[in-house]
Amino acid sequence: MGVEVILNQFLILAAVLFVMGVYGLLVRRNAVMVLLAVELMLAAVNINLVAMEAFWQTTEALGQILAVFIITVAAAEVGIGLAIILLIFRNRRSANVDELDLMRW
Amino acid sequence: MGFEDWIAEPLNWVFAVIALATVVSGFRVVTSPNVVHAALFLVAALAGTAALFLLLAAEFLAWVLVLVYIGAVIVLFLFGIMITRAPTGRDESNLDHKRRLPAALVSLALLALLLWGLISQWGDTTIDRITAGTPTTVLGEGLLGRFVFPFEVVGFVLLAALVGGITIARRDLSPAEEKEWESK
Repeated sequence: MGVEVILNQFLILAAVLFVMGVYGLLVRRNAVMVLLAVELMLAAVNINLVAMEAFWQTTEALGQILAVFIITVAAAEVGIGLAIILLIFRNRRSANVDELDLMRW
Repeated sequence: MGFEDWIAEPLNWVFAVIALATVVSGFRVVTSPNVVHAALFLVAALAGTAALFLLLAAEFLAWVLVLVYIGAVIVLFLFGIMITRAPTGRDESNLDHKRRLPAALVSLALLALLLWGLISQWGDTTIDRITAGTPTTVLGEGLLGRFVFPFEVVGFVLLAALVGGITIARRDLSPAEEKEWESK
């Protein structure tokens, strides 16, 4: 009898994490908290990729390589995102996303 | 395959514990009224993710996650929280929107859609063999062989993010300060 690990248990866990990220994205007002929720979603995507890699067993570990790229780009995104939030806070004394309605029609 | 078979596998015990910890801390990330706690719960959620990577034989990626996220990104977040003076106390009114119910409904609808898709597609498909570990050699050869161009592009993205971050966040000098700077 082989190892009885179901693929779906990882995918469903990733889906739950992703959905919690979506909820945080919608409900948080503070821009830093919105970025935290985005990080949660990216972690869920990485779980999906690594689980699929364990399932397909590609010879070049393609899923893991893609996850490496996602981690790198996410790190860059956090750096830029926090710099922008810092600038917004400096200019408007607030980092709440619902108060940034300058360009709203 | 029944639940008894599933729970008989020791790996699934480990998975259940990690999954519970990850989901609980992920939930606290988006609901905690204290922003510093939310960032620290993200550490726990990411540590759970790294443990899942270890379970799935992706050692290198697990440690990359620990070093890059828990080591660097969370520190950035804590700096961001401190600098923007986010409400660190229990000031819930300023942190969340009032309209939580629609957001929760949208999230639950998305979850139902994802679950329906996943279950109808994969069902009880098992991961046949979880290997002892992906050799880092494979990742290195992939990154510097077939994927060398994306690798270089990502390196350039990091450089651009570094320069852009400094340029965006730098404080412009006031005219008086600028005059003082020129006179030196």
